[in-house]
Amino acid sequence: MLRRAMGLLARPVAAARARSFSTDLPAAQTADSTFVEAWNKVMPNMDPPKTPLSFMQPRPATPSSIPSKLTVNFVLPYASELTTKEVDMVIVPATTGQMGVLPGHVATITELKPGVLSVHKGNETTKYFISSGFVFIHANSFADIIAVEAVPLDQIDANLVQKGLAEFTQKLSSATTDLEKAEAQIGIDVHSALNSALTG
Amino acid sequence: MASNAAVPFWRAAGMTYITYSNICANLVRNCLKEPYKTEALSRERVHFSISKWTDGKPEKPTIRSDSPAE
Repeated sequence: MLRRAMGLLARPVAAARARSFSTDLPAAQTADSTFVEAWNKVMPNMDPPKTPLSFMQPRPATPSSIPSKLTVNFVLPYASELTTKEVDMVIVPATTGQMGVLPGHVATITELKPGVLSVHKGNETTKYFISSGFVFIHANSFADIIAVEAVPLDQIDANLVQKGLAEFTQKLSSATTDLEKAEAQIGIDVHSALNSALTG
Repeated sequence: MASNAAVPFWRAAGMTYITYSNICANLVRNCLKEPYKTEALSRERVHFSISKWTDGKPEKPTIRSDSPAE
């Protein structure tokens, strides 16, 4: 009975080792080789047409040793704030708290809450207030931060933040339906995050 | 997988992530200092014409210029 169990155990483990982890991928391809070969068989005299893959920049491979810099892409719906900028660290406002991302961070997808994003490069730090968004950290030390609104902290008006906080606190106490309560709660969260961004 | 996983309060209240995200973005835009505020609000304004159809025929179209807070 034990010998059969050993046989059963051996098979799934071997299969798992045969597949590579999705975090250790090689660089992405720039041309679809099977398509090119099939084309050349049928039409040897014409150049094969370009496929979307050849227009894209290939994903860099996961290096075997941890790189020294983190490459950050920070995009908004209307503009690209940072494009493949090499930095030392970024601190993102994840829903689970402030999360520091260094080169060699494990591949992660995190949702962001309203808060401050700080980008550290050498001795300088650039801070942005983000309304909400996501961070995709890839195994090859690339981080994609996407946000709907991101403003540098000096563009925020403290008086409007205080007024908003008071208004939404009052709305929460006078809210009746679940939806109104949720909206008031969102207002309070965003304004208190703005407040702590200005004071902290 | 737990089907009663801790959902965020806005989803429990029936709101989708996009609605939540847009509300957050609007609140942040409304708290900006002056030249940035008008820029941000004008960036997100939409302008469209809408016409309802009844019995297979369109009614007279109305033009709407909505700002995202509405």
